[in-house]
Amino acid sequence: MTAVERAVRLFVWFIAGFTVVFLMTPLVVTIAVSFGSSTVFTLPPPDWSFRWYERLAGMRGLLPALLVSLQVAAISTAIALALGTLCAIALVRGRFPGRETISTFLVSPLMLPGLVIGIAMLQGFKAMGLRDVYASLLVAHVVITLPYVVRTVVSALSLFDFSLIDAARTLGCSYQAALLRVMVPALAPAFLTSGMFAFLASMDNYPISIFFTDAWTKTLPIQMLQYVEERPDPTIAAISAGLVLLAVVALVIGDRLVGLRKLADF
Amino acid sequence: MSDRSFAPWRDPVLWLAAPAVVYLVVVYAFPLLLLLAKSFVGPSGISVQQYIVFMDDPFNWRVVGNTLRVAGWVTLICLLIGYPAAFALTYAGTALQIVMLVSIILPLSIGAVVKAFAWQIVLRRDGIVSQLLVGLGLWDEPQRLLFTETGLVLGAANIFLPFMILPIYSVVKLIDPRLSEAGATLGASPLYRFTHVTLPLSLPGVISGIAFVFSMSVSMFVIPSLLIGDRFQTLSTLTGRSFLLMRNEQLGSTTAVILLVLAVAIVVASSWLGRRLGGRT
Repeated sequence: MTAVERAVRLFVWFIAGFTVVFLMTPLVVTIAVSFGSSTVFTLPPPDWSFRWYERLAGMRGLLPALLVSLQVAAISTAIALALGTLCAIALVRGRFPGRETISTFLVSPLMLPGLVIGIAMLQGFKAMGLRDVYASLLVAHVVITLPYVVRTVVSALSLFDFSLIDAARTLGCSYQAALLRVMVPALAPAFLTSGMFAFLASMDNYPISIFFTDAWTKTLPIQMLQYVEERPDPTIAAISAGLVLLAVVALVIGDRLVGLRKLADF
Repeated sequence: MSDRSFAPWRDPVLWLAAPAVVYLVVVYAFPLLLLLAKSFVGPSGISVQQYIVFMDDPFNWRVVGNTLRVAGWVTLICLLIGYPAAFALTYAGTALQIVMLVSIILPLSIGAVVKAFAWQIVLRRDGIVSQLLVGLGLWDEPQRLLFTETGLVLGAANIFLPFMILPIYSVVKLIDPRLSEAGATLGASPLYRFTHVTLPLSLPGVISGIAFVFSMSVSMFVIPSLLIGDRFQTLSTLTGRSFLLMRNEQLGSTTAVILLVLAVAIVVASSWLGRRLGGRT
């Protein structure tokens, strides 16, 4: 190995280490602060404590916001799974022109600025006469979650061997039973991972949700940003730590179902 | 599924796509088109009056400048770290690869509010960055990076870095290492092999990484709100403010359309470049 190659190799390993530390910093800092006793974010904390977690119960507006977020994320993900799976089947099995365009269109909400989508929806819903805040929030969140489902289910379906359904029918299954007992299990990992990441995307969304909130209906990120702006203290870090835990759980399940490397596919 | 004799548009499978497509057309495409159309309607028919008013104000040009400058720096930093990181990820041993993958994927499912709040802590006068730079002797005394442009760029680069690494990684892992070895056998120097074999093959990934990070940096809203505040406006924060605080829908929809056009331009340009380079987009 030449000196140049050794230098390059060293540089690449240095970057690898740096990347890991750099990317994990915000998560580690959040967790450390949430378990610290200091009110002013001193790091490393002078002492460990659970005081910020104990204060969560008394935080005004936190529980309602969490419930709204969980509900909206769950319902919009369920709707997205239904709409997205049907559409994915059409995209993979269909032989009609414009399939490429349709799939780009369905994934496009991920590529456009959330804020702009939010504003457009705010005005569009008004024009269409939809005024209920909760319903608007739900309708908007299906647009956020749908791309995750379509993307993952399309790639899972394109690996699925549809002749298995015919085989099941030859063996005496009804068409419905064949779908339920052959196709659904084969697609289960794709449903679970895409559903999970769609759920998280909905839970974390700020720029679209902000246009569909009022005094009674606030999602968790909106409520959190309000806390940060009003009175930043480590209680927010405690909420954040909870969300980090949720993401860790999702990652572990995703790894079990489809593998870490598959999750990194772009 | 066996009968292919009828016209393709009568393929019954087509109708399975209808619910999702109709849904998105009604609640997503129609509102976007409405936004676009309304910005070109003046008191007396079609006009570009709103855009002329917008461009007349030097403040707005500073806002555009702020947006592009910050997005440019964020993209550059992400590229400088992300490019070698993608190679490290490709050639790392199993353990390191898992650690890297976790640290890249995990932050993706955590919201911007959480991460930007963490950076508020990191960038304080007594925060980690300040302590580190003083410890290394680069700074004489602790400084506050929060609410500075440097702090904003650093935080945003951190949050968007995975979107640079992953597209590059997805291309680099497909590069056949034998190509570079063949070059070596033929007597090419390492540098020549890199610039003539590896770099050109990795370009499609680089382009989509740049497109992701740049467009996300242009349209970020939560991160600048928390890391730099109201004194520094970008197109995105100005759009948000004009709707949420100033109730100036005219200005807000003008900047929203500019943002939309920028985003679409980036997508179109990057997929065109990607195709020209023969890679997947």
